[in-house]
Amino acid sequence: MDLALIPNGVQRCSLRTFVPWMVLWLVLIAWGLVSAFLCFYKGLNQTNMNHYFAFGLWIVFDLSVIALGAGAFFTGFLTHIIGEVFIYPFRENLKAIVNAAVVIGFICYSAAIAMLAVDIGQPLRGWFIFWHANVHSMLTEVSFCITAYLGVLTIEYLPLIFSNRKLKEIPEIDIFGNNLHHIVALFAAAGTFLSFFHQGSLGGMFGVLFGRPFAFREGFFIWPWTFFLFIHSSIAAGPSFTLLCVWIAQKATGKELVKRSVFTLLAKISGWLLATYIILKIVDTVAWAYGVVPRAGMSLTDFYQENYGIWLIIAEIGIFGIVPAIILITPKFRERNYLLIIGALMNVTGIVFNRFVFTIQTLAIPVMPFDKFMGYFPTWQEWGIAIGSIGYGILLFSLSYRYLPVFPQEAEMNPVEVLGKVVTDSGAIKRS
Amino acid sequence: MKKEKYTKGNKYGMVIDLDKCIGCGICTIACASENNVSVLYDESDKTRNITWLQIYMVTNGKEFPETEVVYIPRPCMQCDNPPCVPVCPATATRKDPNTRIVSQIYTRCIGCRYCMAACPYHARYFNWFDPLFPEGMDRYLSPEVSPRMRGVVEKCTFCHHRLMRAKAKAYAEGRRDLKEDEYIPACVQACPTKAITFGDLNKPKHKVSKLIKSPYAFRLLERLNTEPKVYYMSTKNWVRRMADNYLEGEFK
Repeated sequence: MDLALIPNGVQRCSLRTFVPWMVLWLVLIAWGLVSAFLCFYKGLNQTNMNHYFAFGLWIVFDLSVIALGAGAFFTGFLTHIIGEVFIYPFRENLKAIVNAAVVIGFICYSAAIAMLAVDIGQPLRGWFIFWHANVHSMLTEVSFCITAYLGVLTIEYLPLIFSNRKLKEIPEIDIFGNNLHHIVALFAAAGTFLSFFHQGSLGGMFGVLFGRPFAFREGFFIWPWTFFLFIHSSIAAGPSFTLLCVWIAQKATGKELVKRSVFTLLAKISGWLLATYIILKIVDTVAWAYGVVPRAGMSLTDFYQENYGIWLIIAEIGIFGIVPAIILITPKFRERNYLLIIGALMNVTGIVFNRFVFTIQTLAIPVMPFDKFMGYFPTWQEWGIAIGSIGYGILLFSLSYRYLPVFPQEAEMNPVEVLGKVVTDSGAIKRS
Repeated sequence: MKKEKYTKGNKYGMVIDLDKCIGCGICTIACASENNVSVLYDESDKTRNITWLQIYMVTNGKEFPETEVVYIPRPCMQCDNPPCVPVCPATATRKDPNTRIVSQIYTRCIGCRYCMAACPYHARYFNWFDPLFPEGMDRYLSPEVSPRMRGVVEKCTFCHHRLMRAKAKAYAEGRRDLKEDEYIPACVQACPTKAITFGDLNKPKHKVSKLIKSPYAFRLLERLNTEPKVYYMSTKNWVRRMADNYLEGEFK
């Protein structure tokens, strides 16, 4: 039924298989929409946030997906800037993944902004951040940059949408798409600039909290060290997340969508960035433990209590930091498929741990000596919005994969035979 | 303790004598009724109810008969270096340069709660619910203070409307300066043991300026450099020790 929309030279499952697959994710989206409606209608009392936990699951989720969506800007930066300016030997490999990275980035950022709209107590006043902007607030910078960057991602996504078979038939759209495609390096540069600042400002948001010794960091000029660490960790985790998404897409479709060398390249980039990040993170943690913490009259044991014990720091830096870094930078490990995926998954998990710790643990720790350690667990409405966002992501990725030429190497790697003839990428039929 | 610097303008501050506080809670009631603080359906939910001035009961941790109890009333600390003000993305909170009072603009607050995360004193409160004033209580609402809507943050303002009222009166009488007792917040007025003293820390003759020079005066979490303008006093060592975090052997 939808054959006319499917890209040339590739095969897709039947609509009968695709529709139930979509229904599954629509159910999750429906859960998210019901939760969002309740939060808008009844207020944020639908959550388990309180005066102690001013931030909850949604902020953890926002910080995480924005970090994981960094694969978009970083891959674009490597492909269109470094690849253009310098002779980058792996440019072709990156080109095979850059479309997928843009789609994933778009999903992550649009989901994050939608979730933030539910998270603020007065959603109709969201524009006040732009109108009454406080230039001293890291959150202002985050808001400006992620909004602008979503615009950039949309522009980067458009040429891909316009390369849909049916849309390409409309000359105006085809020309517009081609023109956009030719200036994509400009948007890659803009995306890199914007991402650099909002990834950093998300870290800065916590690093500037001088009333919270757990999060507070010194730094360079106006930027606390967390500013730089968040940028570094996001570009370390982003390519791993892109790798994981493509691997999941390969498993779901039962096809090879990119060459193995693409995975190896992403793992290598991710691994070396993670390794350098972990070294800096350890230096930062030691400097903080011997600087900020004793100056506030506190010790490490004051911070790691009850459910948020010392295991968190071991999990974040050791298990989900050092181990995946070793796996991903060691050629003989990353050449094994299962280790490659475990390494990427652990890398991503470590970054989510980091964002969780900065958001939730910072708020759980009492600063006044006579206050108490608090705990937090989200309600079904909070889970609903987070899981609904995942449903939205899978749905949009599935639609993009089905109707758009997301993976340029797919047709070449999976030749489609029609009555003994091979359909090429351009749609022409040649004898096999 | 750091010495106060005298600078231009007013610098309103408060001294709470913990040796005099009996924990009766009248200050919190006066505060709530003066400032139109709404209630919850379930006021037992202490993580979500709104108490601009909260009283903490703290013990010395010793067994009877050596047990000692202190009540620590905690309004907004009105920090001179407020951690909450620079973080607000919508400029919905500010420190008045003339009075040094940290205010909240309810109609501009977007409810992101970043200021709450920044405040180590938990002095900021978010309206998780629609404001509720049980039948009859609405008739006692003060016309001088705007009630807050759901989804915004609110906090102690040192009864700022009383300052406005006192200033208006003084101006009408041809004065520019307020007398010492002309402007005091509701909690100060209500305290039956006169444990709370209020005044201008920039005026050496004001009682608060003299009290903060006492060796028994201290502030909460002074090491964080938030520079609170709410001071406490206690002759008890363990109470002063309880006001901040200290490593072993640091507190003298």
